[in-house]
Amino acid sequence: MSILKSLGACLLALVLGTAAAAQNLSVDINQGVSRPLPIAIPDFATPSSASTPAGDTAALGGDVAEVITNDLESSGLFRPIDPLAFTTDVAMADVTAPSYPNWRTIGAQALVTGFVEAREDGSITVGCYLYDVFSQQALVRQGFNTQPRAWRRAAHKCADAVYSRLTGETGYFDSRIVYVSETGPATARIKRLAIMDQDGANHRFLTNGQNLVLTPRFAPNRDTLTYLSYAQNRPRIYLYDVETGQQRLVGDFPNMSFAPRFSPDGNTLVFSQARAGNTDIYTIDVSSGSVTRLTSAPGIDTAPSYSPDGRRITFESDRGGSQQIYVMNADGSDQRRISFGDGARYGTPVWSPRGDLIAFTKIGGGRFRIGVMRPDGSGERLLTESWADEGPTWSPNGRVIMFFRSRRGGGADLYSIDLTGVNERRVRTPLDGSDPAWSPLRP
Amino acid sequence: MKSALTRSFAIGLLLSAAACAKNEEELPPPPPPQQPTATPTPAPTPTPTPVRDTVVPGSEEDFMRQVGSDRVFFAFDSSSLDAEAQDTLRRQAEWLKQYTNVTVTIEGHADERGTREYNLALGERRANAAATYLQQQGVAPSRISTISYGKERPAVEGSTEAAYAQNRRAVTVLSGAAAS
Repeated sequence: MSILKSLGACLLALVLGTAAAAQNLSVDINQGVSRPLPIAIPDFATPSSASTPAGDTAALGGDVAEVITNDLESSGLFRPIDPLAFTTDVAMADVTAPSYPNWRTIGAQALVTGFVEAREDGSITVGCYLYDVFSQQALVRQGFNTQPRAWRRAAHKCADAVYSRLTGETGYFDSRIVYVSETGPATARIKRLAIMDQDGANHRFLTNGQNLVLTPRFAPNRDTLTYLSYAQNRPRIYLYDVETGQQRLVGDFPNMSFAPRFSPDGNTLVFSQARAGNTDIYTIDVSSGSVTRLTSAPGIDTAPSYSPDGRRITFESDRGGSQQIYVMNADGSDQRRISFGDGARYGTPVWSPRGDLIAFTKIGGGRFRIGVMRPDGSGERLLTESWADEGPTWSPNGRVIMFFRSRRGGGADLYSIDLTGVNERRVRTPLDGSDPAWSPLRP
Repeated sequence: MKSALTRSFAIGLLLSAAACAKNEEELPPPPPPQQPTATPTPAPTPTPTPVRDTVVPGSEEDFMRQVGSDRVFFAFDSSSLDAEAQDTLRRQAEWLKQYTNVTVTIEGHADERGTREYNLALGERRANAAATYLQQQGVAPSRISTISYGKERPAVEGSTEAAYAQNRRAVTVLSGAAAS
């Protein structure tokens, strides 16, 4: 057992032996839900039942399997088989030597097994194995050491390992969502920042609703947010540390500053500032506070978003007469319009973490829809169809988009859809939700 | 005991009912219905007594009464001031030039049919259009500030054109006005 790498303070990935290199089993990520892979995820075993602050290891084994099941199912690429169909439990000995015929008979093509073991130092190890039921090969053998209270993260890590091995893409399950929680009548809406795991667990409010807050976004470090707050009735950009709860104003601007987003290295914020009816795009160095103006066209230039290599910025502008998407170099040079759709308006461009696509909101024909196009404006594809879908944000692997859908007459909910445009799902939140932002994958 | 009580109570009720009936009989007959007059005389107009005006000059109430409106409305995705809006702002400016201790914040708003950040910018543009007009009418720029709420604070709930027309607005909010 060799330690692969240290994963922050609480999670440690281990390689449990060597997984088979060759494999035939795979999931075509571009096929969407048309043929999800049948996969069996029995409760994780435990070498010896022991109590932890998060519960007994035997009970945790069932909880971990459930989290993995929900993760994989939500991707639309997998069809977890109902545990009622299982012909056998998985004891500790079966974890590393599964009885393949038992899984083949119920139609499973892939099998995830694992265990939860309490360690003497108070931490737990979650072992995670993936098998190709037909070729009878182990495809994943990993272990994650964590404090018991972070067991869900270990489960997400296991789901990510399975997803990654079978799709060839990095996973996205061990990630978080920050969004704006909404309640109350439209004329006096109360909005609070809230954060939760990607699957809705560990939900927590970050602000108390006293001030209007909008458009939170993660820093690359995943623990810092930037957002717009109306504190003291002055709409300005703030930073928020998720761990400490500390906030600070960014810059000292005489006018409304808004639409903040981090650069990929986390050192710079790109944002908009409105002056005398003209909104332009600026950057500010987070530590020195030095400000650079990037656009100066008359009109509204806003909603900037960096390319993942940090060299370009996409934004929206109405300089041509209507709201459209543009791309420019990170220093503001070479500003070019890329959206030209049939009299429609385009806004909220967000560059994919893979760099290959820009997601946007398209407004036309009485509809607000989420779509994607290439950074040169070609290959436009609309993914959703609704009265008011808005504000896309990308999963860390660039395969899923979350957005919010406003209800006619008031209220809004979070939704996600994968790039194939078929696996649309409502994301459950305690109250209404808007302005979601997906974190990078956690370490 | 119980039945005796009940009985006497019942008797009491009967007696009082009889008393009522008797009283009613003794009431004078109702007055005959008034015949409608052939030529209705107009209701007498009360002589206009000079009511004491309770609206304090320089107050918000005074502003609303003299100007007529604290807000101007815009067309979809527009920050142009139409004739009606200019009229309203002209009256606002006249009032503000009378009460120079009053400062104003112009709040710019948008309807819900735009994206969040675009609408913040659009609201600022509308607030700025109103502020600029007030300045052109002679209100000192130092007395005017602006804020945009985008689509966050509609005046009217609902997803109808009528609601949107009310929500695309710039509202002049006074501070330092006289107490009413």
